[in-house]
Amino acid sequence: MVSIAEPVAKPASRYRFLMDRREVLGSFLVAPAVLYVLLLVGVPFLLAVYYSVSAYTIYDPSWRFVGLANFAQILRNPVFLQTLGNTFLFTFGSQALGLVLGKFGAFLLLRPFPGRKIVRALIVLPWVVPIALATVAWQWMFDSLYSVINWTMIALGVLTREDAPNWLGTPHLAMLCIIVVNAWRFFPFAIVIFLAGITSVPQDVIDAATVDGAGFWRRNYQIIMPMIFPIVAIGLIFGIVFTFTDLSIVLLLTNGGPVGSTSVLGFEGFQVGIVSGDVSHGAAISLFMLPVLFIVVIGMLRFIRRRDI
Amino acid sequence: MKAVAKTAREVSFFGAVAFFVILTTFPFYWMVITSFKSNSDLYNVTNIPFWFNEAPTLEHFKYLFEQTLFTRWMWNSLVIGLCVVAITLVTAVPAGYSLARMNSRSGETLGIGIFLTYLVPPTLLFLPLSRIIAVLGLQNSMWALVVVYPTFTIPFCTWLLMGFFKAIPPEIEEAAIVDGCSLFGAFVKMVIPLSVPAILTVVIFTFTLTLQEFVYALTFVSAADQKPITLGVTTDLVRGDVFFWGEIMAGALIASIPVAIAYNLFLDRFISGITGGAVK
Repeated sequence: MVSIAEPVAKPASRYRFLMDRREVLGSFLVAPAVLYVLLLVGVPFLLAVYYSVSAYTIYDPSWRFVGLANFAQILRNPVFLQTLGNTFLFTFGSQALGLVLGKFGAFLLLRPFPGRKIVRALIVLPWVVPIALATVAWQWMFDSLYSVINWTMIALGVLTREDAPNWLGTPHLAMLCIIVVNAWRFFPFAIVIFLAGITSVPQDVIDAATVDGAGFWRRNYQIIMPMIFPIVAIGLIFGIVFTFTDLSIVLLLTNGGPVGSTSVLGFEGFQVGIVSGDVSHGAAISLFMLPVLFIVVIGMLRFIRRRDI
Repeated sequence: MKAVAKTAREVSFFGAVAFFVILTTFPFYWMVITSFKSNSDLYNVTNIPFWFNEAPTLEHFKYLFEQTLFTRWMWNSLVIGLCVVAITLVTAVPAGYSLARMNSRSGETLGIGIFLTYLVPPTLLFLPLSRIIAVLGLQNSMWALVVVYPTFTIPFCTWLLMGFFKAIPPEIEEAAIVDGCSLFGAFVKMVIPLSVPAILTVVIFTFTLTLQEFVYALTFVSAADQKPITLGVTTDLVRGDVFFWGEIMAGALIASIPVAIAYNLFLDRFISGITGGAVK
């Protein structure tokens, strides 16, 4: 009887033995997440790269390889070059504006005052509320006829109703609008990041610097800024990635217009690849985001690793 | 003189604070006041727009709930959110734990690798994903979003959870193992109950991330009754060229409130997670 029972018990115990080994259980636990990400991020990513060198459209789903012809065509298109320029202007314009506002706001919130918690809760709103919803509120504020901004300026006597600007209908103003809305959306994030960084600087370091004769600006720029640089860099990396690849603000606010003056890479990829169904050119346009993403990823790795030091 | 200088400083300080609060909240104030204004008040340029010139009205909310698919969109968003939360928890909790306990170098590398996929933008992946969605037979269905949203919630939540699990001392599991628990049993019986606050954070953030998402929803769902709330409010309340501003603002307001509250409650945890321990 014992010899019959033994083979049944053995596989069970071997299984248990395997699951009790840290490496085996570890890979078993991490596998579903890795598989999900590989299948629905890794595979589509490779597919996107292949689309960009193929002649694939939704009307003619062929996998014919055309090399870099799509990229060559895109680069010859002046509209695309404008889109590329717009994307950089949109990204760096709004990040610069957001950082300045963020730094200034963080310094205000550093000082304790009654109601600071409520003020912080209100200030983070632009960042937490779904951007698509906030964007339609801005769209309504920039309305050509009922703009509250214009109304206020007319009431203050700065403008007359005749020369009130059509914010979203004038190329340079439309660009300014998407930059402002994006900066408005990101600066609360910058404030929160700066605050997290500044409050993490040990007080004794600041005290020691003060004793050694460092004034406000010197403490600020030679002690605090270098110490919080890694965390600010991570915040900035997030801001750059999400702005450089953004689609929703442009789509809802200006729809790329007027005449392509606010078109950005994500929007152009959407128009060409999804709306027009020219998948291969759409993918090629989207892939122009990659160099920036690569630089950002390298930066990210450096700053994440830095915490070991 | 000193007192005057001090007062001037205080005034400029609170003035600056007020400037920031107005800058951040005005568009939301605008949502509120627009959604309660009657149309004749709204579309009259001679009225002062900042407050009610006529009695406030609920007509926009009434229209939104009775004449549009708004309740359907709310329901869709709820279903999508809950399904994505379930998928994310089942995959990210074990993965985060495993990465936190793996020997340092390989665990860290794999963790960073998973997190970096969070940075691969939807605007790069939507073309191939729409093809995959079509192969799965999910085009124009909200279930496409249930499949796709975990591609960013899993990396993000795995990363957050990895940080939280690292803060739990391994001695707790070792004690349970000495008492006869298996390794997996120690994880389920000891570590998970200790991580309830972290798991709750992940639930809230996964849910809000699904509410905030716009690009995938726009790309994969065009049937009006399949849209999640953010997409429905922003794209489906425009008839031809006519914007129903009162209804749009009312819908945006309702959809914004839960996200705003949830985020504010969990903001500090979110920040410590996102900066990934860059600050000691």
